[in-house]
Amino acid sequence: MERKIRVLVAKPGLDGHDRGAKVIARALRDAGMEVVYTGLRQTPEQIVSASIQEDVDVIAMSILSGAHNHLFPRVMQLLAEKSIDDVLVIGGGVIPDEDIPGLKAAGIAGVFTPGTPTTETIEFIKNNLKRGI
Amino acid sequence: MDGSATSPELVRSGDQLAIARLISMVEREDPSRLAILKALHAFGGRAHVVGITGPPGSGKSTLTDKIVGALRAQGRLVAVLAVDPSSPFTGGAILGDRIRMQRHATDPGVFIRSLATRGHLGGLSRAVSEATRVLDAAGYDDIIIETVGVGQSEVDIVRIADTVVLVSVPGLGDDIQAIKAGVMEIGDIFCVNKADKDGAERVVREIRAMLETAVLNGAATRFSGLYVARATLGAHAPISPAADQGAFHHIAAQVSGHPNLEIPPVLTTVAETGQGIDDLVKHIKAHETALTATGYLRMRRESNLAWELGHAAAERVLSALERDERKETVGELSRAVLDKKIDFYDALDALEDALTRSH
Repeated sequence: MERKIRVLVAKPGLDGHDRGAKVIARALRDAGMEVVYTGLRQTPEQIVSASIQEDVDVIAMSILSGAHNHLFPRVMQLLAEKSIDDVLVIGGGVIPDEDIPGLKAAGIAGVFTPGTPTTETIEFIKNNLKRGI
Repeated sequence: MDGSATSPELVRSGDQLAIARLISMVEREDPSRLAILKALHAFGGRAHVVGITGPPGSGKSTLTDKIVGALRAQGRLVAVLAVDPSSPFTGGAILGDRIRMQRHATDPGVFIRSLATRGHLGGLSRAVSEATRVLDAAGYDDIIIETVGVGQSEVDIVRIADTVVLVSVPGLGDDIQAIKAGVMEIGDIFCVNKADKDGAERVVREIRAMLETAVLNGAATRFSGLYVARATLGAHAPISPAADQGAFHHIAAQVSGHPNLEIPPVLTTVAETGQGIDDLVKHIKAHETALTATGYLRMRRESNLAWELGHAAAERVLSALERDERKETVGELSRAVLDKKIDFYDALDALEDALTRSH
């Protein structure tokens, strides 16, 4: 059986809508990936726990509220506590350019801001997976 | 990497990462999973396997979430397998059942896994039966399998679950829907969800009438085993008609004269608010108790295993036919049929001979 790329799409924090996350989820689906969607208002603990149970290759988080500098690194920290180092973690949403280097230093492999074509995100995932497909 | 993260011991200890990675190996049919599954075999058979099935949008995920909550309140360990369809065009999938259940994500007594059908028809994915065994051996007390949104004939769940909850909602169709064959025959418990909507009472009445008629016609009784037999044997095209007939008569003979003639319960719920959930869970557990007490649990599992073994054997035969030397035999026989040298049935006999000789 062919290996499928599994992606957890999650909305950490208190955002009021998830239109962007749904657009990404749909684009990844149409690229042949299996997308586990967890919906709004997820804590980092919920995201990491779900990513373990679902055994995903990728965690894709979207934040609009401005809490990314706190929540994204927290997810990385929880993954490290569980000794999980083979999951690709990417982020998106309303994220100022000056915050991106810090997020990358924390282990967020790619940050995609509004206007990024979905094809770019798909290519990035395919080229940066940490496990063999 | 997957190999080192999982092992029979880790799965047995309830390590969620090990369980998850083993289920992934099952999903991609990794041959190295078999050694682990074999080592886990002795520890299975303890969990109560509950199927939740019904049409798209009937509230299966929300019901599952509420059932998980009720079972956790009783201190039971609960696992969920939630199946959603894969795209027939791209192979991709949106697995969205989890949205309704995320409040349980950080509860260490709950394990939730979403599975895509990956082209499998029948309402489940191919991985479900092996994944169920993994979760059983891992020590979960209850395993809830949520099928894809079903239409009329996706009845695979009855081959895996001990107890099937069939979810209906008001407003789907007229009373002829309730008397059609297929999915309406597989419920051990009927649940009319969204019961606060208009028409719920009518749906309850129609399902009751359908069930009562089935009893009058001798086709269904709740714990009689006849019901079990019909549900597990009759709803499918038999693998071998003679064998299935035999099994059916065997079971029917064993149960004739059994006094427990009761029709499946028809319950109402409003999953969103939690209304009726306690009653539903009570009935799910009562079904398990009754199955165990009457010995039908064993009978049902035996019949399901017989079906699964038959299908697994058929798959082995099909893949054996794909091997080169067989392909040649199949090719030769096909040409002979085409050229009218032999007929189709002689070709089939010749192929069967060739297969049994080498096995």
